[in-house]
Parts: sequence; C-alpha cells; structure tokens
Amino acid sequence: MRFLSTRRRHPLAGLVVLLLGLIAVGGLYSAVAPDSATAETTDARKVEAGRQLFLVGCATCHGKNAEGIQTKSGGNYGPSLIGVGAAAVDFQVGTGRMPLANASQQAPRKKPQYTPEEVSELSAYVATLAPGPAIPSEEYTDASGASDEVISEGGEFFRTNCTACHNSVGAGGALPGGRYAPKLTGVSGKHIYEAMVTGPQQMPVFNDAVITPEDKRAVIAYIKTVQAEPTYGGLGGGGLGPVVDGMFTWIIGIGGLVVIATWIAAHGARVKRKESRS
Amino acid sequence: MTQITTDTPLEESAFGKKAAGPVGWLDSRLGLAKAGKGLVRKVFPDHWSFFLGEIALYSFIVLLLTGVFLTFWYVPSMEEVTYTGSYAPLRGLEMSKAYASTLDISFDIRGGLLMRQIHHWAAMLFIASMIAHMLRVFFTGAYRKPREVNWLIGVGLFSLALIEGFAGYSLPDDLLSGTGLRFVDGLIRSIPIIGSYAEFFVFGGEYPGELIIPRLYMAHILLVPAILLGLITAHLLLLVYHKHTQWPGPGRTENNVVGYPVLPVYAAKAGGFFFVVFGFIVLVSATLQLNPVWSYGPYNPSEVTAGSQPDWYMGWVEGAVRIMPNWETTILGWTFSWNVFIPAVVLLTALFGLLAAYPFVERWVTKDDREHHLLQRPRNAPVRTGLGVAGMTAYGVLWIAGGNDVIATQFHMDIYTITWLCRIGFFVAPVIAFVVTKRICISLQRQDTETLLHGYETGVLERSPDGGYSERHAPLPANVAYTVSARDEVRVIEAPEDTDEHGVRAPGGLKARLHARASRFYHEDVAEKPTRHEVEEAAHHHADHDGHALEPGARDEFQGISETGVPHQH
Repeated sequence: MRFLSTRRRHPLAGLVVLLLGLIAVGGLYSAVAPDSATAETTDARKVEAGRQLFLVGCATCHGKNAEGIQTKSGGNYGPSLIGVGAAAVDFQVGTGRMPLANASQQAPRKKPQYTPEEVSELSAYVATLAPGPAIPSEEYTDASGASDEVISEGGEFFRTNCTACHNSVGAGGALPGGRYAPKLTGVSGKHIYEAMVTGPQQMPVFNDAVITPEDKRAVIAYIKTVQAEPTYGGLGGGGLGPVVDGMFTWIIGIGGLVVIATWIAAHGARVKRKESRS
Repeated sequence: MTQITTDTPLEESAFGKKAAGPVGWLDSRLGLAKAGKGLVRKVFPDHWSFFLGEIALYSFIVLLLTGVFLTFWYVPSMEEVTYTGSYAPLRGLEMSKAYASTLDISFDIRGGLLMRQIHHWAAMLFIASMIAHMLRVFFTGAYRKPREVNWLIGVGLFSLALIEGFAGYSLPDDLLSGTGLRFVDGLIRSIPIIGSYAEFFVFGGEYPGELIIPRLYMAHILLVPAILLGLITAHLLLLVYHKHTQWPGPGRTENNVVGYPVLPVYAAKAGGFFFVVFGFIVLVSATLQLNPVWSYGPYNPSEVTAGSQPDWYMGWVEGAVRIMPNWETTILGWTFSWNVFIPAVVLLTALFGLLAAYPFVERWVTKDDREHHLLQRPRNAPVRTGLGVAGMTAYGVLWIAGGNDVIATQFHMDIYTITWLCRIGFFVAPVIAFVVTKRICISLQRQDTETLLHGYETGVLERSPDGGYSERHAPLPANVAYTVSARDEVRVIEAPEDTDEHGVRAPGGLKARLHARASRFYHEDVAEKPTRHEVEEAAHHHADHDGHALEPGARDEFQGISETGVPHQH
C-alpha cells in the first residue's frame, strides 16, 4: 500500500482515479443496461422477420395485415388474427395445423412446416397486432416432478372439463359434422396449455379465470402421467373402450373356439385295442 | 384274411382293478351305477356347431369361480371414502367404497386384476357364445317340436344374461359404468306415466341415490345367477330327455342318435373342451386389458368421457338410442319420451318377444305337428334363414350405430353421415338381406337337385372328335346323395273355398286366407325335391348316356377329385 500512499499527490493521480471510475461505471453499464437496448432491436428484427414470413405463408388467407378475408357470400375465408396472441400462433403453427393442407372441417395435426425459430418469429409478429394470450412460461407447462396431489387434482379437472370430448385417456373423440377432438398423445405440455388458453377450432377457451395456470399445469401433469404409465392388465385397445373388446370377443374369442370345436368334432374316438390276427 | 379285434373288459384292465374298491364302496352307498347308467351310455352326435352351447356353459362355470374370488374383496357400498391405495393418479380422491375396492382388487390384491379380467372376458364370451348357440338352433330348426320349451328357456337365459352382464358392468362404480347406469336410468324413466315412479322404486330415490350398487350386487351375485343356474339345469335336463338333435345322413333317423357315448368318448371331448375354453379365457385375460376402471376415474354424475360405450351385448340398444330421432310429446302434463322409449324399452321387449314367439308362429304356418330330431340345413328353410339373416343385419346395423363415434374417429368419417346411414340401413338392409339370403338358399336347393339328377361336376373336360368341349359329370356317392336329399317336402297349404256348394260363406274364411298367405310366403318359392322316380331315371340316364355323363366303362380311368371335394367312388 506504500506505493499508493506515496503517489497519491501525483499530478496524474486524479486522472487515474477518473479513468478507473469511468471504466467501472462503463463496465457496469455495459453489463446491465445495454441488455434491453439489444433486446429491443432483436424484437424489432424478429417481428419484421415474422411479418415477412407472414406475408409469404399466411397473408393469402388471413390478409396482408392479418385482418382476415371474407368470402363474397360473407363466409370466413381466413379469420382475423388481430388479438389472437402469440399462444394461438405458437399452437397452430407449432403443431403443424397451420398452414392448412386443404380446406376441410378441421385442421389436422401434422408435421410442422416452420422451424421453431420461424414459429417464434411469426408469434412475435402476431403478438404485436393487439394484446392476446402470450406463450406460457415453462413454469406452467413443464409438469415433470409434479406431486401425486397435483396429479390427482389434475385428473379431477381433466374429467370435469376435458374427457367429454378428448376421452378419459386422451384418445380423442368424435364431434358433429366430421369434426373431432384430437388425440392428446405426444402433444407437448406447452401446446396443451396454449390450446386451453386460446381454444383452437372446436375447443372452448379455458382462460386463467376458469382454470388457473397452476391447475392447467396439474391437468398437463395428469395427462402426461396416465399416458406414460404401462397398460396394466395387458395390451390395451388404445383407450377406445368396449367397442374394441366386443370385436375381439366375436372375432378371436368365438372364432378361435369354433376352430377348436371343429377340430374336436372332426376327430372320432380312438380306442386302444389289442389286435389279434387269425 | 380277416382281422379280429378284441377289447379288454374294463374290470380286467389295470385301472379297473384299482378302481373297483372305491367305486364299489360308493356305489353300494349312493346307488350311482343305476342312476348313472343311462347317462354314461347317453349318445351325443358330433358336429362343431354343437359345441357353441358348451362354450356358454363353460364360461358360466368360469364366471362362478372367479366371481366367488371377487366377492371376497369387493365392497358393494356407495359410501364415500378417500382412496389411499397403490394407484397414484387417483390417490387422495373421494370415491365410493365400491370403486375403491375395485381399485384395490386391481392393484393391491394378488392376482386380483387377472381375476377381474378373467371374470369380464368370460362374461363377454358367455353372452357371445349364447347368441352363437341360439343362432345355430334357429338356423337348423332345432327349436321345433318337441323342443319349443327348451327354446323358451334359452330365450329366458339370454335375457337374464344381459341383465346379469349389465349389473356386473355397473358394480365397479367408475365413470364408465356410472354412465351406463345413467343410460338405464333414462331407459326406466322413459316408460310412459310410471317412468319416474319406477326410477324412484329402483334407485330408492332420485338417481343415483345410495342404494343402487348394493341392490345390483344382490341381483348380480345371488338373484340372477340362481335363476340362471336353475334354468341352465332345466335346459340340460331337457336336452338329455329329448336327446340331442343330429344332422341328417345315412343311418340317422328321427328315432335314433348316431354319435359317441358320454363315457368314455364324449366326457373326454367335452371335458377337454372345458379346459380349452378355460385356458383360452385365462390366456386372453392375462394378455389383453379389459375395462381399465382406473383410467375412467370415480363416478361423478356431472362428468362423462368420450367413447362411453356399453359392453357389446348392450351395444345394439345404445345404437338404437343414438339413431332415434328426438321425438317427444307432452299430453296433459305427462311427457312421453318416444326418443328413448321406442329404441330402448320397445326394442328390447320386441327382440325377446319375437324370439319367444317364432317357433309358435312357424308351427302355425307349417301346421307341422311331427317331432323333429333331424336338423334342417339352413338352405332347406329359405324363409326362416332369410328372416334370421335379416334379424342379424338389423342387429348389426344397430351395433354400428352404437359405435358411431369410434368409427367416426378411426375412419375419419362424419358421425352424422354414419347416423343417417344407420337410420336408413336399419329399415332397408334387413329387407335386402332377407331377399338375397332367400334367393341364395333356393339356388342352393336347386343346385342340390341338379347334382342329384345330373351328377356333380368332376372338373374333367373332354374334347369330342368334332372339337366340342364338355365336362364330365359323375353321380353323387350314395351317402352324399342321401344327405343332400334328406329333407321334408313342403307344400303350400291353400285356403279352402270361400263358400261351400250351397253358396254359404265358410266359417273362419278370413283366418284360413291369412294362413294360406303365410304358407305361401314360407313355402311358395322353395325348390321342389326330386322324386325317387326322377332320381332313378337320372341314374339310368347316367348309365347309358354319352360323354356328357361319366360312362361306367370310363370310371376306372377317372382319378380326379372334384373341387366340391366329393371323391370318385368305385
């Protein structure tokens, strides 16, 4: 410390202190403040990239400003996307439902056409049009490690709100007019959550006032648990219920036993006899 | 050189010597030899279709055995408890004791899940084999005199089995079985005027109440099985008393039974088949999941799951309700729910009513009062076979309607389209099925006549010197010819003249005309059986005709076997 104390009256000491101070403040500033500055530019870039993707891939049906297109007869060619929020885009595009392959009763789930990066760009763009449900944070969509209480509570929510259409194990179900509630197997927690908050296609919206984010996580936890568990009792019929069992009873059950009955009936008696020749 | 075979008498065989002591001891105390003598010498004919009823009998035995096991742990109570068993996704939930104990059987009782599945699969097979057996009896005319009463017992067994199956389906008190119970609740309530009172009577108050599970349990393990057991016993006693029916064939008449005696042959065949059926059910139950009650969750009247179906034997009622238009009328404050009453209550009653009435209706039409122990080939009763197939078609259409949601999702179809197809199909398809089946039967009869008179096609083609081709025909072997021609000649019974010679209207003219109409409907198109004279004439024709038929001299050259499998006979 002698070095510092002897040089403290040096004419350049003030300059050095000032320099050190500037470096510290500049370093701190660069560590903390510029973050938001770059985020702003990234967001703007993302939104612009999303807009470009939108113009190429979506505007044909949804309109150049996502305002929707009406048919001449007043029908809906492509709905307005203003206010649907990032969650809706992430669900529709992320599960491959959008872009539509063809106009049918319902958009089926298929291989996504956009990369996750592009999906987030599209979502970012649509989110700027008007406020809407955002993509949920992982805190609510990652159900791994949920406790038994949470899972069984999720089961209650699931049976009350979801099974009527999606079936008790999420095997899906029929709806009028060729529409259907899709299977829930292999759907990510994020997409299940997004479906609940945005209500895609035939599905009603379950907003946070109806089912809180924590309860949504519980529902996801229940779905993931029952789908991961083994089919106790042997091979299952895919959760399709008694129809499959009845078919099996007649075709394999009665059919198989009739084959055996035919075999038994076709064989006469064989009595062991001592043979003697004369 | 002749060959002589000798049997060792049972008493002299090693087994006989060993068994003589205990058997004699029992016989001198119980008199079994005298009582059992008739039974062990009882002869049963062999045919695969005679085993269908046995499948039902053996499934019933399996049901009794596994059912006893399940009663050890099942608690028939609707009292609410908190589940604390092994199945984590349901732990901590409020549920009825019935459901909790079913979960315990499935997850915490050793072998419980297997026993549950054996019980359930056996039930599925029990009713399926009953229906298959019933169809066999129907299509072969085995219900004719003297077996009408046994047919009625069979109809009773069938209806009770449905009730028994449904009661069992409801006992676990899971979401699916509760939904089924709700269905039956609606069915009861749809009965005009007394419906809601009947519901309160059955459920002990408004649905679901707290009594229905204990009541169904009593019905399922005591009342219905006891009646089933009694009726099965009566069914079998009548079978022994009447003797088993047999297919026509050489040496088989209305007065004998050709087959094997119970001991040693039939006991071995039937006993062996019991183990095959038992083993088959256990194999299926060990490898295929059935009714995973844990995945449905506890019953709550406000919840439901997509794909809710009854077990297959109630599927046709479910289907009828699904395709029924929504008709409802209110008269003087009473609501008449035709939308449920017609497809459920009326249809169920109609099925059992028609089944029970059929033998008597047919008897009235044919005026046939003879005893029948020889079966009819289905083709030889074209109208009956047609009616049976029409009934099966209607049943099948309702089945499809009952699974319309599963068909819609699995085959990417519109559920309303399926519903409309079933609505139309229910009325149209049976008519088409009747006409087509009847025509097929008559064609087969005509083909029988054809082969009787002109021989069967050998498949050997000959070219004549002038280049023409013809197929060789060979006369049917005598035993085949006998079997094919063993059928009754039926005639339309015409109505007597409306008025007698004095111009007075005959009494009962309308009834007679009605009967004549029915008789024509039954017998008009039936192909006529060739007479003895015609057959002999044709045989003569075979013997001295040209290349069209097989000449006697050419017989030795012919080595072929026809595609109908009738071997050439020397």
